[in-house]
Amino acid sequence: MVRVLYFAACRERAGVADELVDVGNRTVEDAIAVVATRHPALRDVIARCRFAVNQAFVDKNSVVPDGAELALIPPVAGG
Amino acid sequence: MIVRETPLSVDEAIASVKHAGAGAVVVMLGIVRDHTRKDGARVGVVKLEYEAYAEMAAKIVAQIVDESCAKFPGVRASVQHRVGSLAIGDVAVVVAASAPHRKDAFDACELIIDRLKEDAPIWKREHGDDGVTWVGMGP
Repeated sequence: MVRVLYFAACRERAGVADELVDVGNRTVEDAIAVVATRHPALRDVIARCRFAVNQAFVDKNSVVPDGAELALIPPVAGG
Repeated sequence: MIVRETPLSVDEAIASVKHAGAGAVVVMLGIVRDHTRKDGARVGVVKLEYEAYAEMAAKIVAQIVDESCAKFPGVRASVQHRVGSLAIGDVAVVVAASAPHRKDAFDACELIIDRLKEDAPIWKREHGDDGVTWVGMGP
């Protein structure tokens, strides 16, 4: 299982801050496709998101290890 | 990096970078402004709500500070970011950088805030005259 974290606009559209999803050992791209199926309202935002596994940015081809934390990172606006 | 809901401290930031070998300390404060610009028009802002993926923000900012220290040897830096609901005039971010000489302190401070704005997983929800939007999401 992977803990998926939703922030900001993603959390608003998903309706939840985090949840466990059974996408361990899949690529980020595949995991996000599952997430988009669970939360269709995320679809229009996903194209603008970056992704982080265990708090490091990764590309879509990276594998999400089982037990990892996968975060959807919508456009940032710190500072 | 410090991420907290309570007001930030410029004194703390300076104290954490000041040392006998540093001839200059530069501090940048990011402050909540009373307006923003959308499609060329000035829109009033009432308040901002900041949120952070705090553990990851700390890692990213640590990497950014390391980048600055590698680029400008002798630099020490400190970053604080506030989260929660901020009013006009509130300090949202403090970046302090010290260096033996002032040019590196200025340059490091600027690099850190510029990179933080690119990569730190921190978001702000803007309450403006025209409604509430997550900054960066656009139409």
